[in-house]
Amino acid sequence: MVQLLAPHGTRTPHEQLDAVLEESGLAAPERLRGYYRDMVMIRAADLEATSLQRQGQLGLWASALGQEAAQIGAGHASRTQDYLVPTYREHGVAWARGIEPWRLLELFRGISHGGWDPNALRTHPYMIVLGSQAPHAVGYAMGLQRDGVVGTGDAETDTAVLALFGDGASSEGEVAESFTFAASFQAPVVFYTQNNQWAISVPTQVQSRVPLAQRSRGWGIPSVRVDGNDVLAVLGAVRTALDSARGGNGPVFVEAMTYRMAAHTTSDDASRYRPAAEEEEWAAKDPILRLRRHLEQLGEIDEQFTSRCDEEAHDLAMQLHHHIHGMEDPDPVRMFDHPYAEPHPIVDAERAQYLEYVAQFEDEDTEETTR
Amino acid sequence: MSTSSTLPIAKAITAGLRDAMAADDRVLLMGEDIATLGGVFRVTDGLLAEFGAQRVVDTPLAEAGIVGTAVGLAVRGYRPVVEIQFDGFVFPAYNQITTQVAKMHNRTSGAVNLPMVIRIPHGGGIGAVEHHSESPEALFAHTAGLRILAPATAQDAYWMTRQAIESEDPVIMLEPKRRYWVKGDVDPDRRPALSPWQAQVVRPGTDATLLAWGPSMPLALESAQAAEADGLDLEVIDARSLSPVDVPTIADSVRRTGRLLIVHEAPVLGGLGGEIAARISEECFYHLEAPVLRVGGYHLPYPPARMEHAYLPDLDRVLDGVDRLLEH
Repeated sequence: MVQLLAPHGTRTPHEQLDAVLEESGLAAPERLRGYYRDMVMIRAADLEATSLQRQGQLGLWASALGQEAAQIGAGHASRTQDYLVPTYREHGVAWARGIEPWRLLELFRGISHGGWDPNALRTHPYMIVLGSQAPHAVGYAMGLQRDGVVGTGDAETDTAVLALFGDGASSEGEVAESFTFAASFQAPVVFYTQNNQWAISVPTQVQSRVPLAQRSRGWGIPSVRVDGNDVLAVLGAVRTALDSARGGNGPVFVEAMTYRMAAHTTSDDASRYRPAAEEEEWAAKDPILRLRRHLEQLGEIDEQFTSRCDEEAHDLAMQLHHHIHGMEDPDPVRMFDHPYAEPHPIVDAERAQYLEYVAQFEDEDTEETTR
Repeated sequence: MSTSSTLPIAKAITAGLRDAMAADDRVLLMGEDIATLGGVFRVTDGLLAEFGAQRVVDTPLAEAGIVGTAVGLAVRGYRPVVEIQFDGFVFPAYNQITTQVAKMHNRTSGAVNLPMVIRIPHGGGIGAVEHHSESPEALFAHTAGLRILAPATAQDAYWMTRQAIESEDPVIMLEPKRRYWVKGDVDPDRRPALSPWQAQVVRPGTDATLLAWGPSMPLALESAQAAEADGLDLEVIDARSLSPVDVPTIADSVRRTGRLLIVHEAPVLGGLGGEIAARISEECFYHLEAPVLRVGGYHLPYPPARMEHAYLPDLDRVLDGVDRLLEH
């Protein structure tokens, strides 16, 4: 397992990844402080979302607590032109791509099935059916090949796709088929699995007799396993993999070993299946604390900076709180807006029926008021 | 191809694909064995040589992968046309079609269109083994977000191929496989006045309406001719589009004839005929002289080939249905 930052923050040299980090500038001190801030911010948003669910403001929340380095690292390892294909727990990745947290909450509150324009933000919608998005990532990558934006040698042009899914999704057939297609067409796609150890109540070792990082090798897809709580290892590995894919060298698989500190979702009770000792063990490997210790060792962080991050994070949580409490339910007639791109007579007729039905009550209200 | 000619349905689809590919370089074809072999039914024959391997793509044998990668290509701005070899093989891709293809436009609140076509050779009667003769139209018609076309003639096969590819919505094309080699006139120069989403009265009549689509259309016409010998004047409608179904055209006919018999190969229980019957009962209640009747498959897995003649609607079963319709 590739690790650049030990849990106590000590830096371990790594010839290949250090060169990539050096060349890309991704490990410059101001960038490291930025990742620290990002992780603090997204953790605060995540905790606030859990509170909002408990207050009945969200129907569900899938926490990414503990996976901040795996997500902020992967998000920042991508270039602006890359297309990211997430699952439903990629809040840190979304943050790194500039998607505001309240937009994520639209899905969990029940405002829409997806809160952003995938083309504008170059990030696919959140995906609920596990693994279904993996072939989309490969198809998009095949489109990039046809568009001639792979292997040109121009870093600003060359583009790849980052397909994100968890250890549980890796059991889905569509992920296996995606490996087949990616390998067959040498598509510029990086499969990135955050192995957070549990697929709801089923541990990874029940789903796979070998480390997940070994699986893709059967397809001829090179792979690497990294410490997912080490933002530098994630940055280095994912950037390396994306560079390789962009360069026309075909797909790469990256497995990031991490841990979801919360339950699967707010509907789950992890205490029923997960040993407390395991949670304590992983708490000691906290990704935010680790980067903070590293920055302290470098002398690149001070109390003033961390306090400011904490204040900003608090402000973000408060904004989120107020935003959600002020969020009005959409007019239900909007559900008829986008089932089809082109006019559809049955949907049009049903919309008209609905409006007519609703209007009856409006008339009744008016009559009562005038009476 | 640029002038009117007589073509088998399979070749009319080939011509439709070729002309669509020539007109728009974002159109590409994907499927098992479609490139070098030209597809198991040779529908894509010759297109590899014309358009190259980037646009006529032999895929691995994985239906969810074929449909799922086509979704990604469509999001990227391409217009993929995928071929499923046989109707029964579409089910491994059912998850992609119902949870992804049908819902991407809605999921993104309209930000992403998914202009892709899924071509499926459709229906029985070819003496094939299990899974090669199914009629899954109701499963897909029940899923909002999909459109379904079922051409029955060479002219419709050509133009519906073009129009399905031009649609900004995902379209499932059910191709009547046992009629692939039946010829008909095709005019590629004149875009039909009739929308692909509309039904067509193909034989006017006054005593009752027969509604069918795709592989059942010749049977419906044959039945109307046979009934004519008995002094009955039957109107025949080709539904053409199965999602949306053109209820107004069917209802207009039923208001005139007072009777409707729906013929399809799929099992009657839960089939599309039941939905149409319900809608016609609502819209035409006071015009109906008899309940809407259906003739179709039984509530069985599609039977082995040596028994399919008894499972599939045939002339006698349709005429028996007409008799029951007229008894009221």
